[in-house]
Amino acid sequence: MSAFERFLESFFNPKLMLRYWPDIAQGMLVTVEIALAVLASGLALGLGLALARSYRIAPVSAAIVVFVDVFRALPPLVLILIIYFGLPSVGVNLSAFAVLWLVLSLVLAAFAEEAIWAGILSVRRGQWDAARSTGLGFGQALIHVVLPQAVRLAIPPLTNRTIAITKNTALGTVIGVGEVINQAQTAVSFSGNATPLMMAAVGYLAIFAPVVALGAFIEKRFAWRRA
Amino acid sequence: MTSGPLAANGAERPILQVRGLVKRFGALEVLKGIDFAVAPQELVFVIGPSGSGKSTLLRCCNRLEEPDEGSIMVDGVELTDPRCDINAMRRRIGMVFQSFNLYPHLSALRNVTLALRKVLRKSRREADEIGRAALARVGLSDKVAAYPAELSGGQQQRVAIARALSLEPKIMLFDEPTSALDPELVGSVLATMRDMRESGLTMVVVSHEMRFARDAADRVVFMDGGRIVEEGTPEKIFTAPENPRARAFVAEIAR
Ligand SMILES: Nc1ncnc2c1ncn2[C@@H]1O[C@H](COP(=O)(O)OP(=O)(O)OP(=O)(O)O)[C@@H](O)[C@H]1O
Ligand SMILES: [Mg+2]
Repeated sequence: MSAFERFLESFFNPKLMLRYWPDIAQGMLVTVEIALAVLASGLALGLGLALARSYRIAPVSAAIVVFVDVFRALPPLVLILIIYFGLPSVGVNLSAFAVLWLVLSLVLAAFAEEAIWAGILSVRRGQWDAARSTGLGFGQALIHVVLPQAVRLAIPPLTNRTIAITKNTALGTVIGVGEVINQAQTAVSFSGNATPLMMAAVGYLAIFAPVVALGAFIEKRFAWRRA
Repeated sequence: MTSGPLAANGAERPILQVRGLVKRFGALEVLKGIDFAVAPQELVFVIGPSGSGKSTLLRCCNRLEEPDEGSIMVDGVELTDPRCDINAMRRRIGMVFQSFNLYPHLSALRNVTLALRKVLRKSRREADEIGRAALARVGLSDKVAAYPAELSGGQQQRVAIARALSLEPKIMLFDEPTSALDPELVGSVLATMRDMRESGLTMVVVSHEMRFARDAADRVVFMDGGRIVEEGTPEKIFTAPENPRARAFVAEIAR
């Protein structure tokens, strides 16, 4: 057997592909589910926090800053382990799926708040002045005039960050969430062959290549000229 | 607009009445006791050196800046009264900015209709109708769908004027409306303002467009160091000001 054949045998073994594709597909489905759930709740929470911070109520802003700094600084894996193994000891039992979703949502929310808040700050004062001078209230000016511009500014940094964080769904494998890496690892330990991991990699490509392309499209779409 | 019998006997209440206005930024006193009144249908020009407080005065008149002392009455309503509904008052005080401040994410028409919809709670159809009429009035009927980035500076400023006009303000405040414009675009904005003047709108204009002041202003106010140091007819202020600082300033801008 040549080296090349041995390489194919241990990374792209057709028999194992056939045997494990349903597991991998099942894992991909779980990955997509968590990624979508994280995307929705993380961005919504981040947006909510950025809006709350706009009102510049000192204790509220301080709490948001602490939250953002903590969740940006700590590696998501640490948070996952702490919450998964720590919460039961205080009587809260969350499923592995819920813990993964919760942690990644909070991490994404922290980065989203940061990006949107930076966007809000960089909208020029004249925009507020114009809006308020026509009688719009603070909240109306924020929602209808400032936020649309802030979100456009936030989209490029946020797109990459969002992709990076949704890829962290792979961390779920350490607490036994049946996402694609977890399925692949199980298959690897049964078969003693790396083929299932390669399948998982292809699965990631299938999920995230379109997301990356969509991200690039969104970035271009929203990169409008400032008047 | 009906100017009524009051106008005839000259006893009309001023649209804008500022008394003893003081504004500080930290330790810096920018307005040092301004008394200033604008009668209905009057066009008042405000001139003065950079930093003399012209913009701050205008911005206090709709409380974009909070005055520290003094009183500001607009159409008989005290703006500094805590019970005053400032958002309701602001839509009666149009403001036009040096840098236009159009909303870049909205078309010309949506720039105009936003406040109509959200402040005056007009239906989309009614707001669009008013918005189109306002844009027509400033000569931009063909630009309703254009975004600010697609418009020249002069066109953007006229959209900004339409945005303020559409709310039917009692008074319009202009802060250097033409000074960010290329010289060849100034004329279109001044023509629009002249048109508004002829329709009887009350206006306060911070600007150094002397030619426009001479043939459109009723009165010119010269500010220096946070005070109004001289006021009079354009003729008087531009040809024979009494205050030496005003004289130097007028000589400077006339060059
Ligand atoms: N938000 C602010 N914070 C601190 N200082 C300010 C602020 N706005 C204005 N000032 C100061 O107040 C003074 C008056 O400013 P203002 O903009 O009213 O002058 P101006 O007469 O409009 O000048 P210009 O002709 O340059 O526009 C200046 O010294 C300025 O630096
Ligand atoms: Mg100014």
